Amino acid sequence: MAERIVVDPITRIEGHLRIEAKVEDGKIVDAWSSSTMFRGIEKILQGRDPRDAWYITQRFCGVCTTVHAIASIRSVENAVGMKVPYNAEMIRNLIMGMQYVQDHVIHFYHLHALDWVDIVSALSADPKKTAQLQQSVSDWKYSSEDYFKSVKDKLTAFAKTGRLGPFGNAYWGHSAYKLPPEANLMAAAHYLQALEVQKEIIKVHAVLGSKNPHPQTFLVGGMSIPCDPNSQNAINADKIAMIQQYIQTAKEFVEKVYIPDIIAVAPFYLDWGGIGACNGNYLSYGEFPEGRDGFPNNLWLPAGIIKGGDLSKVHPVDQEKITEDVVHSWFEDTGPRHPYKGETDKKYTGPKPPYEYLDVEDKYSFVKSPRYDGEAMEVGPLSRMLVAYASGHKEVVDTVNYVLNTLNVGPEALFSTLGRTAARAIETLLTVNKLDGWLMDLANNINSGDYAIQDTSKWSPDDWPKTAQGYGWHEAPRGALGHWIVIEDKAIKNYQAVVPSTWNAGPRDADGKSGPYELSLIGTPVADPEQPLEILRTIHSFDPCLACAVHVYDEKDKLRSKVKVL
Amino acid sequence: MGLREKLDLYGISRRDFLKFCSAVSATLALPPAMAPKVAEALESDNRPPVIWLEFQSCSGDSESLLRSGRPEVGELVLDIISLDYAEVLMAAAGHQAEEAKNKSMEENKGKYILVVEGAIPQDEDGVYCCIAGDSALNHLEKAAEGAAMIIAVGNCACYGGIPAGYPNPTGAVGVADLVKGVPVVNVPGCPMNCDNLTGLIVHYLLFGKLPALDANLRPHFAFGKRIHDNCERRAHFDAGQFVEQWGDEGHRDGWCLYKMGCKGPQSWHNCPTLRWNDGLSWPVMAGHGCVGCSEPGFLDTMAPFYGRLPNVPGFGVESTATSVGLKIMGAAAVIFGAHGIVSIIRNRGTVKKVEEGLYESEDK
Repeated sequence: MAERIVVDPITRIEGHLRIEAKVEDGKIVDAWSSSTMFRGIEKILQGRDPRDAWYITQRFCGVCTTVHAIASIRSVENAVGMKVPYNAEMIRNLIMGMQYVQDHVIHFYHLHALDWVDIVSALSADPKKTAQLQQSVSDWKYSSEDYFKSVKDKLTAFAKTGRLGPFGNAYWGHSAYKLPPEANLMAAAHYLQALEVQKEIIKVHAVLGSKNPHPQTFLVGGMSIPCDPNSQNAINADKIAMIQQYIQTAKEFVEKVYIPDIIAVAPFYLDWGGIGACNGNYLSYGEFPEGRDGFPNNLWLPAGIIKGGDLSKVHPVDQEKITEDVVHSWFEDTGPRHPYKGETDKKYTGPKPPYEYLDVEDKYSFVKSPRYDGEAMEVGPLSRMLVAYASGHKEVVDTVNYVLNTLNVGPEALFSTLGRTAARAIETLLTVNKLDGWLMDLANNINSGDYAIQDTSKWSPDDWPKTAQGYGWHEAPRGALGHWIVIEDKAIKNYQAVVPSTWNAGPRDADGKSGPYELSLIGTPVADPEQPLEILRTIHSFDPCLACAVHVYDEKDKLRSKVKVL
Repeated sequence: MGLREKLDLYGISRRDFLKFCSAVSATLALPPAMAPKVAEALESDNRPPVIWLEFQSCSGDSESLLRSGRPEVGELVLDIISLDYAEVLMAAAGHQAEEAKNKSMEENKGKYILVVEGAIPQDEDGVYCCIAGDSALNHLEKAAEGAAMIIAVGNCACYGGIPAGYPNPTGAVGVADLVKGVPVVNVPGCPMNCDNLTGLIVHYLLFGKLPALDANLRPHFAFGKRIHDNCERRAHFDAGQFVEQWGDEGHRDGWCLYKMGCKGPQSWHNCPTLRWNDGLSWPVMAGHGCVGCSEPGFLDTMAPFYGRLPNVPGFGVESTATSVGLKIMGAAAVIFGAHGIVSIIRNRGTVKKVEEGLYESEDK
């Protein structure tokens, strides 16, 4: 007998997302993904100064802050033909790189770990054994028996208050939790440590960009943080030393905690290497310009497309082949449109709130359905790592192979929920090790007497063509991000953003083809429909920027019972 | 559990805690001698329950909370305020989360603090923001009913913010435009600076009432002065030294950003003194002009961001900067008028009645 599970809201993500899933014989056989929030920022952008767009679009998301700023700025630079100075490229690399590291650390420890780690079980751990476990996986400084005893005591005292705060009311004790108490205690300690570390390392954004969230030092054509070794008000030796220290802190945590944790936890969940695959299509725009050619040349992580899980061939990306469907989205039906011609005219046809269910046969989301050459694409760290792996990128190949060998699994295990989580960790390690190099490139360039931070020749829109259009790509932590802009008479005529969560969370298209969230859930086991922990594991593995809720009803669409959700 | 036990629980020394109290005192512009009083207030076991709702937001304010300048104390504050519902942070979700919220609202009727992040869309009965199958409008109405007070964090929750930018596609408004009968305090900014939220809560615990608010419901301690008045580049403004081009000598030397579009002269916020991320920096310090993100009417009254403010000469600053500010407030009134937004806040003993006439008189 089939039953349908509805999850709303899924917490520990950004935004408002809802999943409805059909369960048969303990497995998901179909799923629908819906976002239930709309602001219309594309409309708000129309008629405004294109140089302001980065600020406004950065507010698409306050978690993956900086990413829309970069994509937006690149779209204007592409449209009017600006050449970004080397200093600005390196400052952007540092900002983007630290965004990867900090965002991934937060995701793993604070948004995803509780899907795998049973905090309550940690209360019965033996601190001595936990210390042995910690020491066996890395030489991280917090590894003594006393330390873990103090963490356990804190957690125990915390539990005794009866007020569990953010840990309250979850699925503790669920049969899908597999870690021994000692590993749970180690992970709980790292959850608390990561909370501090993420605040500390993101200070790189404050030094280079005034604040975080939402740094404010971007400019179309460059950056507004000046470079001058002889000024207190610019990037000088003192600020470079500060940045270096934050990078060191990040590096130590990633190498000694994050990576060892993944290696230690993954063996207990190897079955998740066979769950959560999509259609095998992966898209990456590539990122981190190196050398003097500027973006989009000489990218450290390559652009490319993998089709149907075939790692023997990487296809080039052609932006002309990108379209967005709205047949199942709450917008005026326009047929598939390229983003330059895209429209965002809302047309809500869903149920009047409060409601129990959406009409998934008709329109059911504010997210559009992006397609590449008519196909749904998964984007994110897994896509980046797979495209780089299949391209023969040495650092990526070596690290991915190391992880696969350590876990004793083949590359096919990457097409999964576990693969997504592992790829994110691998990418964090590779990225944190790049930061020093970019910082030194910046320092050396400043030292050579080059203080330029912006292409000032085209700052004034008076020097722009009467009409122009351009696109800006950025491989954001959550995946391929593209902004498309059409400029007329110095103002924005049309603006469309195709964001990572649109690629991943989109509903069905005109042909009835599902998006990655929907596809990845098919085949996922659900041990207890009242506690669909497994849905959260797979959805969280994408690091979604949306939020959802769960109800259960039978095949006649009648509400059977309310499902408890983690 | 008393505060001392809690401090032990979090591994925070008494000394660190007092340092925190001194910092909070400074934020609230209290004399240093008040630090022990702050500590005393925090040590009482009278923890207000907090429900944090998120609507048309980007979670930037939740993230700002996570970047709280004093990490250990950030956690401490979370615990002190008994956070019963917060989507980004909590492990529970779906109906369990809803249940936790409803239970807290019931048990703490009239006592809990409601924090709201994000704007509320009004068009078509609020279908543009639904959580758990119900609209933000309904969620807010239900939660506001039993709240002791509401703290709107970030510009979206305060004044509609980005979603309310022209043409305001979803009819987005701020909390104070909808809620009647409950005191509302605005902590605007894009995002809000978490230290100001901490300061506000500490003030409440310390004095048992809300701090003085301005006509836009912002606490004076944080929004009582113009950016321009405390700006580290102010001397350059007075001396007529302006950045003319990004990266020029004046820019590298920290000259005034007015000609690059800085909106400091018309923005009221403690950014220059409080700063961000542990006091490390703030936009003007990092070479970019202020965009006035904590003002009502933002972003329409502040964009284009690189357009120069009208009629701000290099000298005779005081009167001129004020008049520029007032002109902009006039523009805000036009926009608010166009959206039909008039704040109606009723006093519950702690908040002064909003002077509704203010915008109108400035407009004229």
